[in-house]
Amino acid sequence: MSLFAEAAQFLTDPAHWTGATGIPQRLLEHVGYSVLTMAIALVIAVPLGLWVGHTGRGGGVVVGLAGALRSLPTLGLLTLFTLLMGLGLMPPILALVLLAIPPILSGTYSGIAAVSPALVDAARAMGMTESQTLFRVEIPVALPVILGGIRNAALQVLATVTIVAYINLGGLGRYLIDGLAVRDYSRMLAAVVLVAVLALAADAVLALAQRLVTSPGLRSTGDRP
Amino acid sequence: MNWLTNNWPAVLELAGAHLMQSVVPVVIGLLISVPLARLAAGNRWLRPLFVTGSSLLYTIPSLTLFVVLPLILGTRITAVSNVIVALTLYVIAILVRSCVDAFESLDRDVLQAATAMGYKPARRFFGVELPLAVPVMIAGLRVATVSNISMVSVGAVIGIQSLGTLFTDGLRRSIVAEIVVGIVATVVIAVVLDQLLRLLGHTMTRWQRTGTAAPHASARRRDDTGDGADTGGARGAAGALATVESGGASA
Amino acid sequence: MTPQSSSPRTRWRPAAFAAVASTALFALTACGGGSDPLADKNDDASGGSSDTVTVGSADFPESQIVAELYAGVLRDAGVKVETKPGIGAREAYVGAVKDGSVDVVPDYSGNLLLFADKKAEAASSGEIMKALPDALKSQDLSVLDASKAEDKDALVVTQATADKYGLKTVADLSSSCGELVMAGPPEFQERSYGTSGLKQKYDCSFKSFQPINDGGGPLTVQALTKGDAQVADIFTTTPAIQDEKLVVLEDPKNNFIAQQVLPLTAPDRLPKEAVDALNQFSPKLTTQDLIDLNRKVSGDEQQNPADAAKQWLADHGYDKAS
Repeated sequence: MSLFAEAAQFLTDPAHWTGATGIPQRLLEHVGYSVLTMAIALVIAVPLGLWVGHTGRGGGVVVGLAGALRSLPTLGLLTLFTLLMGLGLMPPILALVLLAIPPILSGTYSGIAAVSPALVDAARAMGMTESQTLFRVEIPVALPVILGGIRNAALQVLATVTIVAYINLGGLGRYLIDGLAVRDYSRMLAAVVLVAVLALAADAVLALAQRLVTSPGLRSTGDRP
Repeated sequence: MNWLTNNWPAVLELAGAHLMQSVVPVVIGLLISVPLARLAAGNRWLRPLFVTGSSLLYTIPSLTLFVVLPLILGTRITAVSNVIVALTLYVIAILVRSCVDAFESLDRDVLQAATAMGYKPARRFFGVELPLAVPVMIAGLRVATVSNISMVSVGAVIGIQSLGTLFTDGLRRSIVAEIVVGIVATVVIAVVLDQLLRLLGHTMTRWQRTGTAAPHASARRRDDTGDGADTGGARGAAGALATVESGGASA
Repeated sequence: MTPQSSSPRTRWRPAAFAAVASTALFALTACGGGSDPLADKNDDASGGSSDTVTVGSADFPESQIVAELYAGVLRDAGVKVETKPGIGAREAYVGAVKDGSVDVVPDYSGNLLLFADKKAEAASSGEIMKALPDALKSQDLSVLDASKAEDKDALVVTQATADKYGLKTVADLSSSCGELVMAGPPEFQERSYGTSGLKQKYDCSFKSFQPINDGGGPLTVQALTKGDAQVADIFTTTPAIQDEKLVVLEDPKNNFIAQQVLPLTAPDRLPKEAVDALNQFSPKLTTQDLIDLNRKVSGDEQQNPADAAKQWLADHGYDKAS
């Protein structure tokens, strides 16, 4: 139990809250890598998911692709990219992007694809163009599911960013990897607490966003297609 | 792939260790999740507890769990059992959620019909509820299995042997082929197990597709949202995906 | 169990689940033993340690090479040998030697001493070898003779950096430390020979520290050659030091403690012929051998450790090594 006391001591020591290796700096790095990863993943996965979901073309391919990407070991990609491209920010970020794509892609695709065909037909019958149908009908209806996928991706990325410290980047993973190197378990435990708190906070923000954007018309029937 | 031809016995051995570390947690996790989920389904207190608890579990990086568990369990830090326990927890986190969904989406009429036919609770559970929950459970199992297979490799960072060892060793020795072999082997294992599970689900739900064996409304309803890769086409698959997408892995 | 019901459907469902459940249980029991291989091997070792020697290794290439050398030397002496490569970090393989699942494993004298006795202050090879037996005794471990071959931490710079700042020894760094970035394994920041040792002994505090987790491997070397860092902690047996013409700074104040390669075992664990064979082998192994062997298993040559070791053994007259 003294371990937990030591971890608490680590977290409350004012010396750990300042400087380049302090908790605020590590938190900032952690969030920074996560935001960068999510931004790249969103730019790739959301349009692709929208397109496939709307046209219905390549749905099987997307499901398969998401599954295959999901099985890619992030540690393997991290070491491979770093060995091929050298030290730097982008190799680890790329590995994380590949981790974030599957939930976003399948969330977006399945959200759009699960919109009732009757609704889509009605929109077209009303004279909406394809893009109007997509942006005014399908996306608003699918938004909760799309955001659900994004929320999952964000949580996974926040948890997995810890392993970029295996190479030479910062983030809260530094406490884990450095703690592991000298078998300082209290520091590692403190890192677990920090990552969990960060992830919970992020989850709460995303859950709130998910609730806010859910169209009132969807709420009564539940948010799942 | 010169490297592979020279080292395939070692790769096979690591693949075996990898398979063991990823499959055992799925089996144990399944055996624990089903009763937990049945207890939680529709229960005002347990449901939020389990569902929130499992999403909380997902915020813990697997690397930390591998390291913190031995401190709690009293096992040695490099024991394989730590990986097994950690991944079992992740499996439970995925499966409890999808199993709760599965049990709650059961058609009440069917359950009442079973009770009316004289099914005792235990027999109703094994004979009716569980089989009807199979499609969603299989979908959850597939996500859990695939993400486990990718997470096992993280154990290599603390010196637990798996295909992940090829990543850390390949990095130290600067051998790209070694890392690539590790990645490909991991993906192959994941794809094979995923397809096996799909086939298993297909076999176990044959009654949903044969006309004579699917007389009630629930079976037809399931066809719309169930494992649509086999039945309902892309839209059905999307529904199942949307349900299970709450899963995933934190490596 | 249930009476034959009217519909075939209701019959197969429980049957299918019974099948799944029994498969699951089978998998559980079948893998129960496998989930803790250390405990598993324990029985095996206590029964068979008298005639079969199990050689283990840590999870990095050099340890695996030396373990293969030990195995070959023992086979050559007529001892039955099994190998168990890549056990993991020191905690893991020391534990494996203690519980009998492994009988002998290569280790490094300085780090082993610090592991057994965190407060040890011995630095030279002589002091360490004197302190080691006592420190290990309390843990029921022992070591055999150490080899000349040594793989220790060293501060390394490129030739250009050495010329620019006039560096030959670590002491020459003191005036320029503040401008330089250092790269090394994460533990360097906290070990007594690391950041704090450099500051105490050489009054040197680097501008910043880049932690790289490849054991002084290709990424650390790359950080140095590409200029991300000007100084790096690289192990002295890393082939890149010669291949990239890097300069190893001398350490006149013995900040980096000696790290001779030696077999770690437990008292009375090894048969006499095994002890004799290993004690005769150790003086033959040199630091240059380690560098050459490391080169063979890394980068372009990518031999596996066993093949690299086989070649060395053949070259050194161990004809019956395989």
